[in-house]
Parts: sequence; structure tokens; C-alpha cells
Amino acid sequence: MTGQLQIDRLSLVFRTRHGAVRALEDVSLSIERGEILGVVGESGSGKSVLAYAVIGLQDPAAEVLGGRILFGGLDMLAASEQARADVRGRELAMIFQSPRTALNPIRKVGRQIEDILRQHANVSSGELRRHAINALARVRIPDPERRYHAYPFELSGGMCQRVMIAMALACSPFLLIADEPTTGLDVTTQAVIMDLIRDLSRSARMSTLLITHDLGLAGEYCDRIAVMHAGHVVEVASVEKLLDHPAHPYTQQLLGATPTPQSTIEGLTAIPGQLPDLRHDLPACRFSARCARRVAACEERPLPWVSIGPDHLVRCQVPL
Amino acid sequence: MSFVWRRLLGTVPSLIGVVVVTFLLSHALPGDPAAYFAGPAANATSIAQIRAKLGLDRSLPVQFLQYIVDLVHGNLGNSLTTGQPVLTDLIQRLPASIELTFFALAFAVVIAIPMGVWAATRPDSLADHFCRATVSVAAAFPTFFVGLLLVYVFYFLLGVAPEPVGRLNEILYTPPARVTGMYTVDSLISGDWQTFLASLAQLVLPAISLGLFALAPIARITRASMLQALGSDFTRTARAGGLPRSKILVTYAFRNALLPVSNVLGMVFSFLLGSNVLIEQVYGWQGIGAYAVTAVLASDYAAVQGFVLMMAVLYVLLNLLVDLLGTMIDPRVRFES
Repeated sequence: MTGQLQIDRLSLVFRTRHGAVRALEDVSLSIERGEILGVVGESGSGKSVLAYAVIGLQDPAAEVLGGRILFGGLDMLAASEQARADVRGRELAMIFQSPRTALNPIRKVGRQIEDILRQHANVSSGELRRHAINALARVRIPDPERRYHAYPFELSGGMCQRVMIAMALACSPFLLIADEPTTGLDVTTQAVIMDLIRDLSRSARMSTLLITHDLGLAGEYCDRIAVMHAGHVVEVASVEKLLDHPAHPYTQQLLGATPTPQSTIEGLTAIPGQLPDLRHDLPACRFSARCARRVAACEERPLPWVSIGPDHLVRCQVPL
Repeated sequence: MSFVWRRLLGTVPSLIGVVVVTFLLSHALPGDPAAYFAGPAANATSIAQIRAKLGLDRSLPVQFLQYIVDLVHGNLGNSLTTGQPVLTDLIQRLPASIELTFFALAFAVVIAIPMGVWAATRPDSLADHFCRATVSVAAAFPTFFVGLLLVYVFYFLLGVAPEPVGRLNEILYTPPARVTGMYTVDSLISGDWQTFLASLAQLVLPAISLGLFALAPIARITRASMLQALGSDFTRTARAGGLPRSKILVTYAFRNALLPVSNVLGMVFSFLLGSNVLIEQVYGWQGIGAYAVTAVLASDYAAVQGFVLMMAVLYVLLNLLVDLLGTMIDPRVRFES
């Protein structure tokens, strides 16, 4: 299967003063054309590191130990910086959390969209402005001609995120990476923004990689979900299978900790323990220390991929 | 526009404070101006007469009121040493100092800002440490020492610099017709290239000696604010959008770094204006610094008061200018007040 984006056995460490942090190990994922893939996990599980590695904006201290990232036909890790910069913004776009600080505070938002268009789109300078206003209109910003002249501080957080999306989609990319796009927005705005992302990706057959810690949100908007824990992808499945029949103990506990409209505060359970320190020697299964189902086989390397059903993979010796 | 008026109005309290302090300070100066003015042959009666004539025998509050009335009429008093109105003296000499300070600042900006940007793009590299060490050493030497050293090396030993006789060697050149009072500007206005080059040559060494000191603050603030801008979320967005490096560096990072830099430039400019006092002595520059030194040594109240007052007013105006510049750089500033 050749997807829009294919990540093969990606391993990445951060070289720090206090030792190497093994942030990603053997991560494999793929996204089909037009698909929305959610990557969920608690803070520090490596979701954002994965996203930044895909777009090639990882921290200077990060070092890729092995694996491949194939985007379209391009090997992102082997490609030159020039080739990657050419893809960024045009075929591969990204939006971030805290949209207000993600926009240049002293540049009109319309001009910021134009910057992207001028770089990638084959648009004459006379047409730039019309295209930028169109991009604003596409993300349903009311009165886009006026908003073109607005500075980020004159807009609400939700409006800023729409501008970010307008920027990201200005060149109709094949893949959108959304890194916690609705964190810090109120629930109503969150729904509006997520609906917008879903509609736009459906209508343009654009793939979306949604990074979130909110399993409920991912369940509502994604086609498939990958669950990450301590730098491992522990389970990948379609939304229905993952939510109804989680196979990895961590996924199950994550579901138990996710509030739903039906759940009460007593009904929620916390996941015991915390993420292991990624600088130390780690067991084959990085969840084993927190796991009630641990058996002797959990120490054996390599950690297997177990196929539970079609399109349902889990990395566990004793899946549920 | 109302923003300008508000800022102007805000300067009034500081100006009042300045007037009070200059008045009190100059009366705290040691020495008796009446005795100085009367000359060495005077006796007690003639000194008392002169004191009465200058109004120095009256109480401090009365003298202060008189001072305010004079100020309102644009009368800063007469200088005891030059015999001219202080205002005339200051207006005549200020352009020389402004010109020198401006060139010093230009020198510092041209060196320090690229240095700061360069260092910020390679933090903790050898280049970064080199920049930091250079500007620190430049700031560590006293200004007058650097001035003397430069004269010794470039005029006395190498002979590449002109004789340090002030703004223009008047044996060889005639000063240009006065328009702004700045020789480089005036000679350009009158189209006299030779005088322009000659006055520019005279400016080089004093401007460098003065400007060396300003390298450190400008380079440091540029580096720090560039580092912050380069590490910010919007720079990351620009990179994620695949914008070219030059665009990210200039349009996104540097413009955002300009606001703190312009604030520091304003401070550095007024500081340099004050440091003129030393450099003008070394280079025989006929500016307000040299004027102030002479006035202090001669217990010339009116001249000292006038000098301090003018510096304070300049400082306030300069701050206003920096604020206005800030609103041009950053749209948010306009909405803050």
C-alpha cells in the first residue's frame, strides 16, 4: 500500500546535555489520500516530535537514527533542505496550537498569506491580493476584504486559527499536519475549526494528520487513529474498531480516562504510573511498567506487531 | 496624531522636574560667580554690587521665579565667560555635537546590528563568542583614552588622519554658509565637495572613538531580540510555509526585533550626546560638551543651567521620536495608550 505519507520504522533521539532522549522508536504509519489520521497520546508521548520530523522542522538537537519518511515520491529525510523547503507550504502544510502567537504580530494577516502564495503559487503580484482574500473567504471568515488588513492582535483566537488554516491551505496541499489545532480555544470554536478542517480536507481530497491529546476529538473527526505512548505507536486501527474494541491495554485505559457526555467523574479512571524516563534503558515494551497484564514475554525484543483484524495492528504480546 | 499630542503632554511633568533640578544643582556648585565676574582686582564692595546686579543676593525662591520668567521669554541668561546670551551660544554649538553624535551612532549601528544578527543566527558558535568579546573590549576602554590612542596612531604615527584641530582645518578650508550648522550637511547644500570631504575626514576619528562605546549595547540587544524572534512561533510558521531564509530573517525576525533595538538606540544616542564632553576636549571640537566643561570650571551658572536644560529637553524629544518610531514598527503600540 502506498499512501500519501509513509513513515517507515522511524527512530529519533534528542542529544541533550543529560543524555540521549529516545523520543521516537520504530514508528511506522501511513496516510491514504483524503484520509484523516489522528495521532493521540498523553503529553511527552512523541506526537509533536513525529509531526515536526515529517515537515522537517525538528529541533537542532534531534537526530534521526533510522527509518524513512516518504511524502509523495520524496524521501523527506534524504532530500536537500532546498527540496524540503519547496514542498513545505505547497504540498505539505502545518497548523499549530496557540494560533495567536503563530502569526507574525506586526504583519497584516493578508500579507502573511501573500508571502506563502508569492513563494509557491504561480500568481502574478497583481493577483496576489485577490487570492489572499479568496483564501480567507474559503475558511469562512466573514468580511474577508476587511480582515485582510487586520493584524493578529485584532482577531480572536478562533479567527487567528482560521487565518492559519487559510495560510496552510492557500496552495492546496496534499497533506495538512494539524498539531493540537484547537487547544486553547473554547469548545464551540473548537467544533467550528474541526468541522472546517474536515470539510476542506474532504472536498479537496487532502490528507490530514491530526495530532491531539483528546481521544474524544480524534474519535469524532478521524478515519483512523494511531495511539502513541513513550515514543512508540502502540495501536493503529479505524476509529470504530479502536473505540469499540481497543486491543492495547494503554488504549483501553486511555478510553477509560476520556470523558464522554454519559460519563460521571467517578466513572473516569486515571492511568497508573507515568511515562518512563526516555533517557534510561527502556524495556522492549515501554508500557510494561504501567501495565497490569505484564508477562515475561514483554521483555523480549523485538516488540511484535500483532494483527488483530483487517487494518487493526497492535504492539502487544498479550492484546485484549 | 492625537497620539503625538498625548506623548508631548506626557513630557510636561518631566520638564518641570528638570527645570527645578537644574536650578538647584547649579546653585549647589562650589565657587562664587559674583567674585569670578568681578575679577581678581575686586574688593568686597564691588563683589556685593555685582551680586546685587546679577540678582544673586535675593532668596532662592525669588531667584527661581525670576528664572522661570526668563525661561518663558526664551532668556537663558548671559554667559559670564563668552559674554553672549547662553541661548545663542548653545544654538551655535549644538549642531557640531549633534553631527558628531550622529556619525558616532551611525558607525555603531552599521557595525553592531549586522554583528548582532550574525551572532544570533549562530548562537554559541565561535563567531558569536568573537562578537561578544570584541564589543566588550571596545566598551571597556574609557572614551577619552581611545580618542587619544586613535590620534596617536592614525595622525601621529601613520599620518592618515587629518590634524585633530576641530571640525575643519580653517587654515585650508572656509566653513560652509550656515544653514543647519552641521558642516557636512551645509557643505553639501552649497555643493562644496572639498569642504564636505575635509569635514568628513575630521569626523572619522572622533566619531569612532565615541561610537566604539555604543557597539556593546546595540550588538547585545540586537542579538537578544533576534534570538527571541528566531525562536518564536511565527518564525516556525514561516519556516513551515517554506519561505526563503532571507525572507524569514528580514521580514519575520528582524522587523520584530527592531522595536527593542530602536528603544536602545534612543538611549544610546542621548548617552553619546553626554559623552561628547570628553571627546570634544580631545579633538578640539567646538561643541556643547566643550562649552559645558568651560562653564563648569568657571562657575558659569547660566551656561551650566542652559546646557543641562537643553540636554534634558533633547532627551525628552528623543524619547518622543523613539516612541513615534515604535508606532511605525509595531501596530500594537498605537493601541496600548
